[in-house]
Amino acid sequence: MALPSYATPAQRIWHYIYLAMCSIVLFFLVMPLLVVIPISFTSTPFLQFTPEMLRLDPDAFSLRWYRIMIGDCSDPGITTVCSDNWKIGALNSLKIGITATVLATTLGILAALGLSRPIMPFRKLIMAMMISPLIVPLIITASGTFFFFARLDLVATFWGLVLAHTILGLPFVVITVTATLVGFDTNLTKAAASLGGGPIRNFFKVQMPLILPGVISGALFAFITSFDEVVIVLFVGGPDQITLPRQMWSGVRQEISPTILSVATILVIMSICLLTTVEMLRRRSERLRGIRPS
Amino acid sequence: METPASLTPALEVLDLHKHFNDVEVLKGVNLVAKTGDVISMLGASGSGKSTFLRCINLLEVPDRGTVTVHGETIKMSTSKYGDIVPTDSSQVIRLRSRLGMVFQSFNLWQHMTVLENVTEALIHVLKMSKTEAADRACQTLDRVGMLDRKDYYPAHISGGQQQRAAIARVLAMEPDVMLFDEPTSALDPELVGEVLKVMRNLAEEGRTMIVVTHEIGFARDVSNRVIFLHEGAIDSEGTPDQVFTNPDSAQLKKFLSNAIH
Repeated sequence: MALPSYATPAQRIWHYIYLAMCSIVLFFLVMPLLVVIPISFTSTPFLQFTPEMLRLDPDAFSLRWYRIMIGDCSDPGITTVCSDNWKIGALNSLKIGITATVLATTLGILAALGLSRPIMPFRKLIMAMMISPLIVPLIITASGTFFFFARLDLVATFWGLVLAHTILGLPFVVITVTATLVGFDTNLTKAAASLGGGPIRNFFKVQMPLILPGVISGALFAFITSFDEVVIVLFVGGPDQITLPRQMWSGVRQEISPTILSVATILVIMSICLLTTVEMLRRRSERLRGIRPS
Repeated sequence: METPASLTPALEVLDLHKHFNDVEVLKGVNLVAKTGDVISMLGASGSGKSTFLRCINLLEVPDRGTVTVHGETIKMSTSKYGDIVPTDSSQVIRLRSRLGMVFQSFNLWQHMTVLENVTEALIHVLKMSKTEAADRACQTLDRVGMLDRKDYYPAHISGGQQQRAAIARVLAMEPDVMLFDEPTSALDPELVGEVLKVMRNLAEEGRTMIVVTHEIGFARDVSNRVIFLHEGAIDSEGTPDQVFTNPDSAQLKKFLSNAIH
């Protein structure tokens, strides 16, 4: 990044323009996320910075929207709707997200294993079909799923949502695990076989630990996809199947309450923690194996 | 007088055929190894010697032929395409554990320490307890001079050390026959010696070994039989003396003159 000492004035000017442009792009990417955090602590029911907040007056800040979020409606100053919906939504989103992730990861690994075998017929076709939920517009997937699930009595059920989200998460697992398998040395499983290990144990003891980084990142993507998905939930979910994104969506549409911002803040913090943990685990396992972080 | 049991060959391979696509890699290779035999297999690259080794423990499934370990023949049946398939996978798994294989590229599991690499099969295949397995592994690692490196990960030790650890991994299983697939070919020249020394010790202990190698010196000094493969068939076979001192085939002469100069 640093400019060499022999740079000409023109090179210097271009270098600073380049830095400025990069900063502007990053600013536009990050700012909408960060601006949410201070406003979520406002004491007024408006989505804006009040003059008192800008003067850092302690009375202008409060945790009341966080209290509403966890379903504590004892605050007399609250005029907006207060219910347990946020708590229910968070719980539902977690349940659906985790179940869909487990399913998508298991099926995705199996699919990737099969697709990475040279003898597998119709590999390109099957791969394209598995990846299609990423490419087909979500609204089409959602309406198609709705009509299909209606015949199977899966609309407005827990498993209906889980299955729909599994389909959305599957491509991420298939792509990341397939990519990891490209670099996998099949001689390692042959070594395990030559020592008398059965195929299932060889997979779990030798192959799985080595492709685990790909599996984890695929699973993470699958989870996040399910966790912030609202279109499918609106189509396939029943009226009482409130998930967090759905609650946020109706929150924005019906009543503009800063509770949405406190939920968003929590979600931002959660994502940062999740990604940091995974990255740290990945680096740790690479260090153990003597692979230099690239 | 020898008892009949010891007359049973440790390993008997009959009429092994194998092709990849249009290329016929093995054209009917036979091999009989008595207990204690050290057989070196030589041949130019592409002569099928590594494929032959991999067919013995069915890492590659041969097209035709039989493999018999201590009198037990691996059960095969002919499929509708005319090639053979193993019918009893539990038998294959069991016999593989008695045919230890050392690979050219070591193939240690990168996510386990040297010690864990050795104990893995002892615990899960031979069903030893963890302490028993660790004891056996330490003894074996000591024999290959790797005990002081037992807690290292494979990425942190040299190629020669990795190959010695890989030999220990196989040796700890106490296999009936050890198969070596060009064990020194992936090593830097200065690391070849330490691995050959370990293999020499194993030969002197009376272990049955089939060694695919480019090390003419090792083949001459250590093995009691040498097989020279040419284009998927046995070209010459005999004691090291017969093969190296009086090569009677033109192919072998050419191979040796290329290898020695």
